Amino acid sequence: MNRAAWEEKPTAAGRAGKALSIAVIMLLILFPLYTIALTSLSSAETVQRVGGLVVWPSDGVSFDAYEQMFRNPVVLDALVVSLGVTAFGTLLSVLVSILGAYSLSRPGSLGHKTILFSVLLMFVIFPGLIPVYLWVSALGLRDNYLAIILPMAVSAFNVVVLRAFFMNIPQELFDSARIDGAGEFRILWRIVAPLSKAPIAVVTLFYAVAYWNNWFNAFLYLDDTSKWPLALVLRTYVVESAPLPQASGLESAPPTLAVKMAIVVVAIVPALIIYPFVQKHFKKGVIIGAVKG
Amino acid sequence: MTAGTKPSPAPAAGEAAAPARRTQPKPRPHWRLRLRHDWPLLVMALPMMILVWGFWWIPSLGNVIAFQDYKPYTGGVFGSRIVGFTHFQALFGDPEFLRALTNTLSITAFQLVFYFPIPIMLALLMHSLASERLRSMLQSVVYLPYFFSWVLVIAIFQQMVGGAGLLSQLLRRNGFEGLDWMTNSDTFILLVTSQAIWKDAGFGAIIFLAALAAISPALYEAAAVDGAGRWRRLWHITLPGLRPVIVLLLILRLGDALNVGFEQFFLQRSAVGSQASEVFDTFVYYSGIRVGDFDYGAAAGLFKGVVGLVLILAANKVAHMLGERGVYSRS
Repeated sequence: MNRAAWEEKPTAAGRAGKALSIAVIMLLILFPLYTIALTSLSSAETVQRVGGLVVWPSDGVSFDAYEQMFRNPVVLDALVVSLGVTAFGTLLSVLVSILGAYSLSRPGSLGHKTILFSVLLMFVIFPGLIPVYLWVSALGLRDNYLAIILPMAVSAFNVVVLRAFFMNIPQELFDSARIDGAGEFRILWRIVAPLSKAPIAVVTLFYAVAYWNNWFNAFLYLDDTSKWPLALVLRTYVVESAPLPQASGLESAPPTLAVKMAIVVVAIVPALIIYPFVQKHFKKGVIIGAVKG
Repeated sequence: MTAGTKPSPAPAAGEAAAPARRTQPKPRPHWRLRLRHDWPLLVMALPMMILVWGFWWIPSLGNVIAFQDYKPYTGGVFGSRIVGFTHFQALFGDPEFLRALTNTLSITAFQLVFYFPIPIMLALLMHSLASERLRSMLQSVVYLPYFFSWVLVIAIFQQMVGGAGLLSQLLRRNGFEGLDWMTNSDTFILLVTSQAIWKDAGFGAIIFLAALAAISPALYEAAAVDGAGRWRRLWHITLPGLRPVIVLLLILRLGDALNVGFEQFFLQRSAVGSQASEVFDTFVYYSGIRVGDFDYGAAAGLFKGVVGLVLILAANKVAHMLGERGVYSRS
């Protein structure tokens, strides 16, 4: 307890109110996740008997749903596609953004204003869905994974976050490195990047989440359903409850509830794994400093 | 390095040094000299510039098709006939478009009242917790759904409040009628707002938390010594401290009035029908890509973009007049 001396003692009603609201908020967020996870770990009979989502863990754990899901090539392929697109896309985006943000953090250099302007204007001017759609199709990227990576490869927000952080690094570090004969690339690699682990981690998370969650670009540009990422399969299987075309013969019926919930769990898990490593930076306010620019 | 003419001005001192440079103008070095000095920076910016121009600014130019009778196969962007504002006129005679417009605006207005205060209240709650551990735990939990996709959020809501969802199960088991919130077009606006709150309100609290942390504790102490109770401190210190951030976010939201998101509505359109769920972006998609009237859809999209830009500039102007910092006070 770190209450200041001048602060009055909390009232009982106030404490109860706070405790209650915290409990309700936690429950609203965590309970759905809990029951979905539990249902995915239940056997078909349990789900049948309960008549829907399983709330009480009474019948033990069964991995039937996961087995069934991974026997279905649709889900397995989609998982591989999603992992690949996310890994490649994030790597590309983070590299491009670090380089670009570093370049933008040196005001007064040649072309600096033009480059900065063409990034900052992305916050207020959008090309719109149709022109991008026609352009990406005209580039011949249909059915190509590049079509779902390149249009979202640079996020102006992420570049600005990195730039703001880079600009706060003390000038003396740059000066002494230059005296020692280091070029820009070496300065970035040896000094700036190691000092900027926190914002780089945050930006990496943002990019990775964006790639992992994106289904609309795949929906627009990938006509071949066997190339679909997991998010799009999730939409088709779970939200629309429709069977996928190429699964005919094997699993042409819509999947059972437990399998659906298993797909949901698989779609959530990567976020849950990375999140704890990055979330401490949010609390320290890495983003805020940048937003205030 | 050339010693005689000083190559490009010392970089990062930049913005601080800018006014000084303005008072005693120094001739800028020739661009060739600057290029010799700055080429690594240009090389670094190149990949970003290729992507930004290649997938943002060049397609932006493609909006000219909004003024054309665009023929994708026979004409293209350069060969199609120019028809001026015909498509825009047609938009305002199109009941579907007008419905998308009214739906969008009413959802924005509704969320301004029922969504906007929630992150502020959450931030106040989290800020008021004395226990560091409890606060940290709460933060971890409420930020989490921000990282879920809309597909996931809607799948989760389906399982909770949908026709076969948990709430229906519970009601039916106790002899009531089940309810299906996911397909009811009358309550759709409530549904999308709750989804937005569930997904984004927690993360939205971050910026208010930062503003709260920036308020000097001395102010609270002085007020308490002068006899202000906790509610008066909230009213006279906390809320004024939050005001710049609140104004900033209100401006951004108003500038974004025509933008209520696409995925959330697109994903639920088939369930609730287009009557309630058609918003600006879904209209652009259906009229443009699904139907194939690219020029017409592009006109709707361009209309949205231009109105959005005007709105955000206007809102910023108003903020300046009210003496707030606004969004672009810096430049």
